[in-house]
Amino acid sequence: MIKHDVVIIGAGLAGMRAALEVSKELDVALLTKVYPSRSHSGAAQGGIAAALGNSEPDSWEEHMYDTVKGGDFLNDQDAVEEYVKSAPRIIYELEHMGCIFSRTPEGKIAQRSFGGHSKPRACFSADRTGHAILHALHEQLMKKSENVKIYNEWYMHSLITEGNRCNGVVVSDIRTGAVEVMQARAVIFCTGGYGRVFKITTNAFASTADGVMAAFNAGVPMEDPEFVQFHPSGLYRQGILFSEAARGEGGYLLNGKGERFMEKYAPSRMELAPRDIVARAEQSEIDEGRGVDGKDYIHLDLRHLGEARIMERLPQIRQLGIDFISVDCVKDPLPIQPTAHYSMGGIPTDKFGQVVLDDKGTKMEGFFAAGECACVSVHGANRLGTNSLLDATVFGQRSGKSALEYARTVDFAKVNEGREKTRVLKLFEDIFQRKGTESYNEIRDAMKEEMMKNCGVFRDEGKLKICVDNIKKLQTRFKNGKVTDKGKLFNTEIYEIIELGNMLKMAEIIAVGALARNESRGGHHRTDYPKRDDDHFLKHTLVYPSGEDLEIKYKPVVITKHQPAERTY
Amino acid sequence: MATFKIKRYNPEKQAEPYFEDFDLDIPAGSTLLDCINLIKWTQDGSLTYRMSCRSAICGSCAVKANGHAVLACQKQAASLLKKDGTIQIEPLGNMKPIKDLAVDFTPFWDKINKVKPYLQTHDNVPEKERKQSPEQFKLIDDSSTCIMCGACYSDCNVLEVDDNFLGPAALAKAQRFVGDSRDGKTLERVTELSEPGGIWDCTHCGECVERCPKPAEPFYRIKEIMAVALEQGVHNNNGARHALSFAKSIKHSGRLNENQIPVESVGYFNIKGLIELIPIGLRMLLKRKIPPIIHKSIDDVQDVKRIFKELDQ
Repeated sequence: MIKHDVVIIGAGLAGMRAALEVSKELDVALLTKVYPSRSHSGAAQGGIAAALGNSEPDSWEEHMYDTVKGGDFLNDQDAVEEYVKSAPRIIYELEHMGCIFSRTPEGKIAQRSFGGHSKPRACFSADRTGHAILHALHEQLMKKSENVKIYNEWYMHSLITEGNRCNGVVVSDIRTGAVEVMQARAVIFCTGGYGRVFKITTNAFASTADGVMAAFNAGVPMEDPEFVQFHPSGLYRQGILFSEAARGEGGYLLNGKGERFMEKYAPSRMELAPRDIVARAEQSEIDEGRGVDGKDYIHLDLRHLGEARIMERLPQIRQLGIDFISVDCVKDPLPIQPTAHYSMGGIPTDKFGQVVLDDKGTKMEGFFAAGECACVSVHGANRLGTNSLLDATVFGQRSGKSALEYARTVDFAKVNEGREKTRVLKLFEDIFQRKGTESYNEIRDAMKEEMMKNCGVFRDEGKLKICVDNIKKLQTRFKNGKVTDKGKLFNTEIYEIIELGNMLKMAEIIAVGALARNESRGGHHRTDYPKRDDDHFLKHTLVYPSGEDLEIKYKPVVITKHQPAERTY
Repeated sequence: MATFKIKRYNPEKQAEPYFEDFDLDIPAGSTLLDCINLIKWTQDGSLTYRMSCRSAICGSCAVKANGHAVLACQKQAASLLKKDGTIQIEPLGNMKPIKDLAVDFTPFWDKINKVKPYLQTHDNVPEKERKQSPEQFKLIDDSSTCIMCGACYSDCNVLEVDDNFLGPAALAKAQRFVGDSRDGKTLERVTELSEPGGIWDCTHCGECVERCPKPAEPFYRIKEIMAVALEQGVHNNNGARHALSFAKSIKHSGRLNENQIPVESVGYFNIKGLIELIPIGLRMLLKRKIPPIIHKSIDDVQDVKRIFKELDQ
């Protein structure tokens, strides 16, 4: 059995920031199924929000209001307040660590405009901000390596709990297939999102719901799973991200007729309305036959920005266009469509990263979560661009601090190593022994297609019922899958199968949550209930496991400063 | 129909690697990674490689295609197709294969660690951000784009013969701090980087620039460190002496004084180094390869001197 004071799963922004915090005093294991620098935080492009006021006067109050309005008033405002207040300090701290930022002529951190933010508040490093922060944190870990042991290419299978206390995790080494129990005083999940359940997504192949499903299987509910953000600018057919910074820098969205159609949907903010509104506007244009050449994409036009500006502020975007579709955005518009991007929902936590199990705030002792896998909830029904890097960093730090404080006070609890290990070994054995004929690839494609078609930008009761049914059928087919690689050494196939199993359950949870919410709010839009319904749904969804089924409960939203108001832009 | 000739290796099954052919119709617009994924998902699930973001930022999926390292998700598969309808795929070079296309990155990361890849400052931490001008940012902009994919490391010609060389990625990472106006250890850094295995062991072949999928282009970063090392007066090593002697010779006569450069490179007072030159000198003498003892200037040497003068200004 492996023993560490604190075990952190996931080495993106949240995980590494948490590790830096815990390692001040305790011994930390940082486990990642890739390498830290390969984490998907690195794909974030546009920026990280903080009211520094470096280019225009700004305040945390404005940042808070923008975030709450952007989230369609489903955010827990006590958490939002602390989150936006800590933003400037956390940015300065990153800068002091060595993170590189684009600068103003006076040498201060430059800031640009972003969707839903009323002030230019996005601190950025050209168009690779996530990459810059990810590497800066990785550098800090390389500097302070003595207290942190990094387990590269290890996979986390399950959470070990006893009553309402978490005592460790069961993991395996992808390179050797060896299963190990990792005992810990505290566990932090920073396992990211699950955009891979959708056909068109910006997410990496690694974004597969491993963490949230391990928590769910241990009895922890999923909060607000129906709120999935579709990003307005995914590369046509591939979904690859073209940063919102392209619009922040002044890019236009044009339909097939060459019109700046956002005039109709958000006349005051135009292309810089929040993402849910822009993504729906795009989808409406496409559905109503005004896509480019009648097809299912529209144009992102940057030509008027000029080559110099594009090379200074958006060089990576330009290169992506050239490499992936042979379009140089200096000369031609880019074909884009809405793409699944971010999960507002996740493992429910309080504002200190502590995982909570119900509406009474009952704790799962020793279990913390941060970043995209967690739902604090600071983003409510729709996250604003640049608020996710901030979320990962702020709550990475906070969950690290909470875990450290908790772990200092408790001893290791007893863990039944044999029992825990056997469960995971049985999972492997079960998959290896399957004599089925179904192709996992076809099941995966069918799931992604289903979620895109019936649980995407526009939803209704009929579609969602079909979706839940079809996902359940896929879950059955999954048990009859065909495995080809039965070796132990670096068997990536078996891990893809395990991930698919997690995603099939996750897909069901998203659809069931969406089916129960008979209203439209933020990223969740029901054409049969096109209005927000505060009387019935100003509350967070909590989906619990209930045998093979799911059970839905709710918990209230924390409202402090801003009463829900009509949301227009 | 294209044939992907993929190098397979599974030490659990065979001791030696071998090539296996997979036929695939390349769908329009597919990247190399799309094709490898299709092969894994529809033909042989045991095919092993790394990948994650598929948008050229995570650095997982570098492999060799037709003998050269590429980022699989960044290359259009059709562009790699050879005249005979094949694409040859192998694991990255200069690292040990684990299984199929996955290699052991341990030496790569060990070398990144060696260059102290983190900001080291002298000053007290200010309340807000440290100031850095857009021009100063520009000096580290390119090196900071490195995604640690290992493509440069794979195809580095020095690493092929000298394990001790830090390699292009680690040196590019070093430039990220040597060039950072906020870093307070520039002299210490360039001194360490001038030691054997460092910047002066690069042979300037430029292969890493060709292979780099990002603007990091390590050789240009290595040259930038060399310039800083010389500016900072870190001359007490063969590489720096060689570079200075080279420049001196050109400035003086417009051509290389090939008798003088080796001596100046090891240093006039480096008795051991000078003695080590003797056998090479003798062999050259026997093969009649000794350059003329009397070193003549080229006819237009005044023009060369003028260029140097302008450069100095």
